[in-house]
Order: sequence, then C-alpha cells, then structure tokens
Amino acid sequence: MALLEIENLHAEVDGKAILKGIDLVIQPGEVHAIMGPNGSGKSTLSYVLSGRDGYEVTEGSVRFMGEDLLEMETDERAVAGMFLALQYPVELPGVTGMTFLREAVNARRKAVGEDEIDAMAFLKMVRAKAKALGVTDEMLKRAVNVGFSGGEKKRNEILQMAVLEPKLCILDETDSGLDIDALKIVSEGVNALRTPERSMLVITHYQRLLNHIQPDVIHVLAHGRIQKTGGKELALELEEKGYADFVQAA
Amino acid sequence: MSDANKLILPVPEASADWLAALRGPALKRYGQLGLPGVRTEAWKFTNLTKLSALDFAAPARAVPASVPALLAGVDTLEATRLVVVDGVFAPELSDPVPAGVELAAVAADGQAAPEWVTGTLGTIADAVDHPFTALNTGSFPGALALKVKRGTMLEAPLHIVQLATGGQDAATISHPRVLMVVEDGASADLVETHTGTGAYCRNAVTEVVVGRDARLGHYKLQAEGDEAFHIAMTAVRAEASSTYDSFALSTGARLARNEIRGTLAGRHVEYRINGGYLASGDQHLDTTTFIDHAEPDCASHELYKGVLADRARGVFQGKILVRPDAQKTDGYQMNRALLLSRDAEINSKPELEIYADDVKCSHGATVGELEDDLLFYLMARGIPRERARAILVAAYVDEAIDEITCAPVQDAFRAAASDWMHHHIAGSEG
Repeated sequence: MALLEIENLHAEVDGKAILKGIDLVIQPGEVHAIMGPNGSGKSTLSYVLSGRDGYEVTEGSVRFMGEDLLEMETDERAVAGMFLALQYPVELPGVTGMTFLREAVNARRKAVGEDEIDAMAFLKMVRAKAKALGVTDEMLKRAVNVGFSGGEKKRNEILQMAVLEPKLCILDETDSGLDIDALKIVSEGVNALRTPERSMLVITHYQRLLNHIQPDVIHVLAHGRIQKTGGKELALELEEKGYADFVQAA
Repeated sequence: MSDANKLILPVPEASADWLAALRGPALKRYGQLGLPGVRTEAWKFTNLTKLSALDFAAPARAVPASVPALLAGVDTLEATRLVVVDGVFAPELSDPVPAGVELAAVAADGQAAPEWVTGTLGTIADAVDHPFTALNTGSFPGALALKVKRGTMLEAPLHIVQLATGGQDAATISHPRVLMVVEDGASADLVETHTGTGAYCRNAVTEVVVGRDARLGHYKLQAEGDEAFHIAMTAVRAEASSTYDSFALSTGARLARNEIRGTLAGRHVEYRINGGYLASGDQHLDTTTFIDHAEPDCASHELYKGVLADRARGVFQGKILVRPDAQKTDGYQMNRALLLSRDAEINSKPELEIYADDVKCSHGATVGELEDDLLFYLMARGIPRERARAILVAAYVDEAIDEITCAPVQDAFRAAASDWMHHHIAGSEG
C-alpha cells in the first residue's frame, strides 16, 4: 500500500485557487522532491497536507496509509505519523524546548492508550538526539525558537522530527536561510532518519539541498499542478535552465 | 445618598485626637462624594450598580466558624503569617513578628497608637478625591500597622492573610486598613492574600512608606470568593534611592477594583508594579494605577497581563504623571490582554501626562486572541487543540509571573495561576 496517495487535489486560500489538480503517490521509504518557483503552490501543498485552517480543499482526495487524511484534524495527522518541518518555525515564548517535546510525545502516547513517558528515559533520549544535531542543553531549556538563529531553528525542527519518528516527513524549504555549514548539519540529520519505511517529501526552490538529500523522484510544480516528473537529472536541468519553461508553459 | 450610607460601618468613637481628625472629615467627604457612578471619569468602565443593590450587615464580631477552612486553603508560604478577619487583626491566629519588625494593632478608638502610626496613617492614601478611601478612613474597625526598622534585612516575607466571612441573607462589609513602613536602609517582602466565603464587600486601604535606600517587595493575591466585591487602594510613598517592587495577581471576586497609587518622592527610585488578571464567567476585574514621578532620575516599570474567558471583562487604567522637575524619568507601561472568547472584553486606558522635557516614557496596550500560527505549530506536533490552547495560555501567564523577584512568592503565585487555569481553561493539567 502506498504511504501517501494524492488524487486530483484542488485547494484554495481566501477563495483563490492555488492547487489545481495534484496527483502524487509516495511509497514507503521513498524520498520525493517538489521543486518549483515562488507562488507555484509548494507551501500551500504542505499546509493542505497538515490540515491548517484557512486552506480549503475543493476537490480531490488524499489517503495516508489508506485512511482519508482530509477527514483528520491537524493533531490527528501528526499522531498518525505525518510531520511538517516549517519553513519559518514560529517562536513559542514561555514554552521550553523540553516541555514542547514532552507534550508532543505524550500526546502520541495518549492517543494510542499508552502511559506518559518516563521522564528520565525521555531526557536521555532527547539529549542523545540533540547532541547529534548540535542542539545544546541550553537551547532545550530555553523557550522554543525564541532568540534562535535561522540555523538553530531548522536544527530544532529536525530534532523534533528525530524525537517524534514520523512515517512521512514534509520538509518545507528547509534550506531557506541556511549557510552551507548549517545546511550540511541539517541534511545529515535528515539523512540519518532515512529508513526503508520512512518517506520524505522535500519541498524546495533550489537544487542545492538535493545535493545533500538525494531524492528518488523529482516533481516540478508550477501553476498549482505538477508539470513534470523525473529522476535526479531533472534537478540539474532546472539548475541550468531555471523555471522559465514551466512558468511560460501554463 | 442612602445607597452610599449603608456601606458605612458604625465604629466606636475615635477618642484619640489624631484619629478623630481623620475620621470626621473623611466621613463628611464620603457623604459628599457618595458611591462613584459611571459618569465619574475614574469609574467609567466599572459599574457599581450591583454593589449598591446589596443589603449589608456588619460582620460577626466573634471569629466565625468558616475561618479555619478558609485559612487551610491559603498557601503555606514560609512566612510570618498575620491574619485579619473581616478587617480586624486576629493575634490568636497569627505568628509573632520577627526581630526588627514592630507590629501595632491600632484600636478603633485610636488610643495608645505609637507615634510612627499616628504621624503617618492617613497621610499616604488620599481620602479627599477617593470615596472608598474616605469610607475606609471613616469606618475602619482598627488598623494593622507594621514597621521594618532601619537597616533590617528581613529574610522571610510578612504574609497578611485577609479573610472575609460573608452573610447568608445579607452581605457583609469590612474596611481593612494596613500601614506598612519600611524604614531607611531596610529590606522586606510583604505578601497579601485576600480570600473569603459568601457574599461580602471588602474595601481595603493599604498605605506603604518605603524609606531612603530601602526595598519592599509587595505581592498581592486577590482570590476572593465568587460572590465578593473587592475594592482596594494601595497608596505608596517611595523615598530617594528606594525600590518598590509589586505584583498583583487577581483571580477572584465577581467585581474587583485594584488601585495602586505611588508617589516617587525622591531621586533614583526604582518603582515596579506588575501583575496579572485572570477572569472567567461574568467576572469584572479592574486595575487602575497612578504613578507620580515627582523627582528626577527615577524609573518606573509596569507590565500587566490579563486572560479573559467567557463573558469576563477587564479594565486597565494606567496613568503616569511626570512633573516639571522630574527630568531623566524612565517610564514604561504595558497592558496585554488575551481574549479567549468573543464575549470577553477589555477596556484599556493608558494616560501619560508629561511636563518635563528630558524623559523617556513609553506605553502600550495590546489585545489579542491566541495566535493561529502558534496553535497550528503545536497541533502539527500532535498536541490536541484544547491542550495546545492551555499550553499557550499558561505560557502567556507564566511570562507575567516571571516578573516576581521573590522566589518563594513566585512559586506560590505560579501555583495559584495554574490552579485557576486548571479550573477555567479546558485542557489544563492539575
């Protein structure tokens, strides 16, 4: 069974049609990249998949592990195994990183009828994963993302992903705002999470991220539709020619 | 005005001259002013119709049966506990004061009061323009006066527990009066807890003097009963190079007005008044402050944060006056209100009156709902909507509580706030 099946997906924001018939199937363990120019609907797709208020599906269907994804609330989708790493992670004043992670983990456990996680075991697990991503203890004690640099915010997103162990990771412009060193750390973090079961949907404007996170399939999104699908070579082609062909085509 | 007269408590005649000189004019003034209506500028957002509709009986003189249960519910802060029941100091329920502190329980007739009381009481709180202060001055049944002697560094806070016992058929009214004097170079923390049971109106006046180079941390928890009216005036005089650091957490009463008026009477005063108000149901919580920068080189900092659920209403009136001599004044004022329902309401009225030309003053007010993108972030990590809301509200309130500089008080107030959350915000954990 496919992990994610998107069929003829149409969606609008504030009454304006943004997605105009997306078809996409992701099998377990596959890494797909969606590339496209600004305004093509890349971020809208990520928000529609995570069920954000204000993003209205007008046509089509999405199945996640065979279940109707569009019937689920945002938190239910997350508990089912979907994870969205935000392009602009928001600051949570007054909520420490540790508290945030514990709340997220316990919400999952509660949803499947398990007891809350043991505090000591949890601390140990988070610290080990944080260390690998260069997230310091001090950052975990501070309010989530408050006063963090762009790179720290992105590393923090990947840490959450590592702790929550999702089935599908959606990375929305994870490379934006990162210098080359930060990009390497983040990419290594993502690659470490690749397994034969876990799938990823990497959304990006630029080819450079795909040098670090190598996708199995690349889709070009423009004007709310997937215009072309191919292998790694497609990214190089785009790097050379840009999106001009696709922008004019529609 | 008969409605106003029924709030006056008959008290023994003030046979001491100093008190007679206060009481007579105060009662006369109260008679002239009466209860303020909404046409009075200072009260335009707080309507007292429901208060004036009540019938009052004087509280019972003997310590009522409900007192032990009320006391048991008060946080057992590591502090010197001083209990006041319906406005009257109860030594049998109180701890002895530590070395360096003098306590005077001033009798209703004013006899035998020490000079540090007779010379100060009634000189800080203004009974001319403030009807409830006039009413309190005219009919307080006794006063609790505390003095922290020169140079004393108090370790444990003084904790005044103000209990009120309401009536069944008629409400009760009480007029507690407190005088707190921190002499030059001394340092102390004062905590007030206000709570009670049944229907009552508490009209409290607290006068505070912070001497030169002295420091007072003044923390008030207003956790009155559901049927209570709480009217309070705290009047502060801060002398040169002193620090006054206050925090007021209001969660109780059907209607409450917490007014703090401070005069920065010498140079280099650091004056901090912060607080939080958490209201639900049909509660009405009013915070009114006045900061008088009378001298140069002083700093004032004021941050209030409110959470208003259901049909609750909050009022914030904050005035800062910078007099012509008060150059180099540094003033900051902010009121933030979080509205959790469409029917909740906040009235914010910041006011700056500046007559000096070399000052730095800023003020602001924000009103908001929980931000969608924060809620989305938590939910996208698997946290259900209600729980996500509760986490965000708690974090918002926590930030206000962080302003409390006295650690044990910070813990106690944090516990009180989370207790409120637990009862009034779905998704909160106990």
